[in-house]
Amino acid sequence: MVSGYRKGREVVVKRLLYVNRRPPHGTIYGHEGLEVLFTGAVFDQLVTVLFLDDGVYQLVRDQDPSALGLKNYAKGFRALEELGVEAICVAKDDLATRGLVPEDLALPAALVSREEITALMESHDVILSF
Amino acid sequence: MVFGLVVNEGPYQHQASDTAYQFARAALTTGHEILRVFFYHDGVYNGTRLTVAPQDDRAVTERWSALSEEYSLDLVLCVAAAHRRGILDEAERRRNSKDAENLAPGFRISGIGQLVEAAILADRLVVFGD
Repeated sequence: MVSGYRKGREVVVKRLLYVNRRPPHGTIYGHEGLEVLFTGAVFDQLVTVLFLDDGVYQLVRDQDPSALGLKNYAKGFRALEELGVEAICVAKDDLATRGLVPEDLALPAALVSREEITALMESHDVILSF
Repeated sequence: MVFGLVVNEGPYQHQASDTAYQFARAALTTGHEILRVFFYHDGVYNGTRLTVAPQDDRAVTERWSALSEEYSLDLVLCVAAAHRRGILDEAERRRNSKDAENLAPGFRISGIGQLVEAAILADRLVVFGD
């Protein structure tokens, strides 16, 4: 259970949904999105992380962008489990469309359907999309 | 209603900053509150005072500064994103031994925590960008 963020005498707990929907490395969105996740952890909220569309590529294991002169920020996703997030979800259809299977991913994730994604977006207070 | 705004794209390149400005102005003039406008990714480019607006076009940065002055609107650039893109206030200039600062009036530079805090405390977080 999370203890929330204290504002004066009030303790605020919200459900935050982080949505990663872009591929890694080509733009900085995934990298800077992960930085928000890390910093956001200190606020002790109910956090779900969802990977969809080309965002599923961010979770692919053993990435090595060193030939591009880039830092492999994506290995930071492996720390998600230690950040105390409630759930790590991957869009089942988007994974399959790209010829990927759960074993290709760097960490265990819940495979979710389109209907479940809709439900996730409805059940969270805030959606942060990167 | 209390809004938190996020601007994820730079000026002129993308409509995001214009739309966020129009949204902010409309909200403030109709009695709503804006907790903070957080500039992330290339959005930090909205906060350099070295921008020279074309004479026959809107002045995106000056417009934000004026709105901040009029309504005490909190305009925050993410420090990590600003470092990467060369936006510095006097403190960051000194800390990083650079020869100039370029922060526009009404803006301040702070951490990503300001984004997450706005997400938690605002009634609605509205994100501008792709």
